[in-house]
Amino acid sequence: MPVMSYIQAVTQALREEMKRDEKVFILGEDVGKRGGVFRATDGLYDEFGEDRVIDTPLAESAIAGVGIGAAMYGMRPVAEIQFADFIMPAVNQIISEAARIRYRSNNDWNCPITIRAPYGGGVHGALYHSQSVEAVFANQPGLKIVMPSTPYDVKGLLKAAIRDEDPVLFFEHKRAYRLLKGEVPEDDYVLPIGKADVKREGSDITVITYGLGVHFALQAAEKLEEEGISAHILDLRTVYPLDKEAIIEAAQKTGKVLLVTEDNKEGSIMSEVSAIISEHCLFDLDAPIKRLAGPDVPAMPYAPTMEKYFMINPEKVEKAMRDLAEF
Amino acid sequence: MAKKRHEALGLSDEQVLDMFRTMLLARKIDERMWLLNRAGKIPFVISCQGQEAAQVGAAYALDREKDYVAPYYRDMGVVLAFGMTAKDLMLSGFAKKEDPNSGGRQMPGHFGQKKNRILTGSSPVTTQVPHAVGVALAAKMEKKDFVTFVTLGEGSSNQGDFHEGLNFAGVHKLPVITMVENNKYAISVPIKKQLACEKVSDRAIGYGMPGYTVDGNDPLAVYEVVKEARERAVKGEGPTLIETVSYRLTPHSSDDDDRTYREREEVEEAKKKDSIITFAQYLKDNGVLTEEKEKELHKEIDKLVNEATDYAENAPYADPEDALKHVYAE
Repeated sequence: MPVMSYIQAVTQALREEMKRDEKVFILGEDVGKRGGVFRATDGLYDEFGEDRVIDTPLAESAIAGVGIGAAMYGMRPVAEIQFADFIMPAVNQIISEAARIRYRSNNDWNCPITIRAPYGGGVHGALYHSQSVEAVFANQPGLKIVMPSTPYDVKGLLKAAIRDEDPVLFFEHKRAYRLLKGEVPEDDYVLPIGKADVKREGSDITVITYGLGVHFALQAAEKLEEEGISAHILDLRTVYPLDKEAIIEAAQKTGKVLLVTEDNKEGSIMSEVSAIISEHCLFDLDAPIKRLAGPDVPAMPYAPTMEKYFMINPEKVEKAMRDLAEF
Repeated sequence: MAKKRHEALGLSDEQVLDMFRTMLLARKIDERMWLLNRAGKIPFVISCQGQEAAQVGAAYALDREKDYVAPYYRDMGVVLAFGMTAKDLMLSGFAKKEDPNSGGRQMPGHFGQKKNRILTGSSPVTTQVPHAVGVALAAKMEKKDFVTFVTLGEGSSNQGDFHEGLNFAGVHKLPVITMVENNKYAISVPIKKQLACEKVSDRAIGYGMPGYTVDGNDPLAVYEVVKEARERAVKGEGPTLIETVSYRLTPHSSDDDDRTYREREEVEEAKKKDSIITFAQYLKDNGVLTEEKEKELHKEIDKLVNEATDYAENAPYADPEDALKHVYAE
């Protein structure tokens, strides 16, 4: 089985879907000739031509809005927002339009658009090249938000997003792009959107996380295993709508739950996960629900001292896991 | 004898009479909705009154069998011309289950009907412009010969989506016609506080497309310019920006009181140019319409509006739990 990086899995999923269905096309800034500033669309311009890998004007609301129009017509647009931080001018199009098109038309119209954007910190990206923006969109029924953690999941979930009949935000951790490598089957497979995935079986503590946090938690779990602490790790994969059943099951399994996100803590995805566990698992818990997250400051600073302070890392995750195990 | 104006445009007597009929139908449905609102039967109405000529003139210049439209909330004339019925609109006014626009989910004026290629719209203004551009992009990619037609008010031409959408259309030379229905007010704010340039169409040059300003009270003038824009679009010559100038004859909506910001004399003056009167006069002057025919037409449309009102008023609402349906594909 071929081993590829997280970003190669993105490119591979796009290539396979464009080959499979000629209604699939890409639009965004620098996605064409340049192949994307991160090179996520590398080679696709040469393979599929400038009409299907469209370099757009620098205007995010148009990237989303034109994609939405094409999707309503019946195309399968994959819009790239160069950095998740720059999605804000497109929020009106995504929330007021894409999320509501099916509902407001009483199921007459729908909007099968995929919007990809690199998110996340730890890359010296400062305030506007590091942010997690999922919480902005995570109380908008009509949207789905996918945040994969491995190359295998990237390919299967991105293909599922493109085939989905509703709008999907697909956030890729930019530090994972080249950091994470893994086996990715050559065959055509899709993974279910809306389903979390157990990445590690364990019996002492449960860690629920997503994106790069999964990688950090797995690293920490290996170390803790040597100390006799067995960690169960649930990867949310889809952060909206949440897989409630899987969350409840994972929490009940050990009774000690750590929730990890690199987003600011208050009002994050983990706030909702915590509420779900509180509602359903009161008598299963052996410790208070713990959250490890970024501090409640606007975004990640540039200087390495402050960036490191803001960002979660394997050491912080390991400490939080050990503390919980010892509770 | 010189050709009549509509004949010179290739329009038959029947066609111009049909245009007038659609304008009158829009006006009468709109007037009925105000009565229903003031009688406490429907919560809201937002009007097309004063803009019927622009809407119907434009719609008749399009291919109503294959073009796509992204109308804004005043476009009753456009959606009627594209196949929506008086009954459909009344069902929307009463927010009934059978309303094809939204099943009673949206306020009236939020049009949408897939079978007639009317894109679903929302309340935040101008979001429909990039959508129309996206459908036009699909037309180009799929090598189809339809165009998209999108409308908005002059106030909305200040929104970012206007700039972003038109620039995208201009860069990619897409078959989309943008028509700004300038009715001189964005709720209460007059044009001089909205635009730094003289005309909305002055903005076209920035998007690399031709811009035209026409009399929005003259359906034939609007027909002519939209027809030309459509021909250019299907030939691959790109988008066009059209501004129609007319006047909003009603307050912004049933919740507005326009006496707080404009003089009655101004409104009365505008009513003299009301296209429902002036176009009827044109048709009479040219032997297309007679007093008798006009009376018949009024009678026929009144009957249609009465029937639509009765039907919609008696139609059932959606079940309360229907509020849970259609968030995602089922």
